[in-house]
Amino acid sequence: MTVAVPLLPPADWRDFLALTKPRVMTLVVFTGLCGMLAAPVGIDPVIGFTAILCIALGAGAAGALNQWYEADIDALMRRTQGRPLPAGRMDRQSALHFGVGLAAFSVILMGLAVNLAAAAILTVSILFYVLVYTVWLKRRTPQNIVIGGAAGAFPPLIGWAAATGDVALLPLLLFSLVFLWTPPHFWALALFVKTDYANAGVPMLPVVAGERVTRTQIGLYTIPMAIVAIAPWPLGLTGWIYGAVSVAMTAVFALLALMVATRTQAADDSMKVEKQLFKFSILYLFVMFGALVVDRWVLA
Amino acid sequence: MTPEEQDLIRRRQKSRSVVMAVLLVALVVLIFAITLSRIKLAMT
Repeated sequence: MTVAVPLLPPADWRDFLALTKPRVMTLVVFTGLCGMLAAPVGIDPVIGFTAILCIALGAGAAGALNQWYEADIDALMRRTQGRPLPAGRMDRQSALHFGVGLAAFSVILMGLAVNLAAAAILTVSILFYVLVYTVWLKRRTPQNIVIGGAAGAFPPLIGWAAATGDVALLPLLLFSLVFLWTPPHFWALALFVKTDYANAGVPMLPVVAGERVTRTQIGLYTIPMAIVAIAPWPLGLTGWIYGAVSVAMTAVFALLALMVATRTQAADDSMKVEKQLFKFSILYLFVMFGALVVDRWVLA
Repeated sequence: MTPEEQDLIRRRQKSRSVVMAVLLVALVVLIFAITLSRIKLAMT
């Protein structure tokens, strides 16, 4: 028996761009760039640009492969059903080929033009996001974004390795900061898009363990995040500029997290505080990494 | 296939070809710049 498969017109180039999740890429590129600029040694501008380009392409490849694998659940969520695959603007094979090709290209270019250490970490970050987070954890455990958060934490490490060729304590702390920032950031989002995740059968913490547990976990994860965020200053790895900014920004983050942790959702709740925490968490990471670079460049 | 669908396919193919050409030229420029930088770094 033959099954008729509807023929799709070739996907538009904008759909390939959408496959790379450009908005997520912004934060990835920024943290990677800051990791590079915070390194104690300079890097040739062309090589530095290539390293950032490879980080962006690697993140784009991981995003494309994520969308290739998750097309079925993306179709069930309002937030993601407009993406090229669930919307039927692209066939799955094109997305797979694009993702694998882009991943291979970014790693090879990083290895040849920058250095092998940065290429190795970039490879691990892509594989971690696609295999560990997307394929293994996301549909199986509410701890998906806790462990999977490591994937988004690699860029500052890659940026640093691109400049120095190795890894030191400061980039490891930056990795830990993004890693520990991810749970409160995503769980704040998951609190106000809970229905979407539930419809798709994704075991996000609010869906599986309930809202109360999620709020408590947001509060608990903020504690180690705050310690790691401020740690570079007392450890003598940064100057007073990063110290002052990190203390002030982390205090606001902790206050919002505390408000979310101690609040009880009312009927007909607009989730204003949760949305505030989610938005502030994005600003928080931008400002923290920006402060690190300003600190390095002003006080160097 | 309707003329509208054929037209859509032609437009998509054309825009993808243009984007691919731009990316290939950018890649050539990038590889050239990387080569120059590598030579400069090796000499210093």
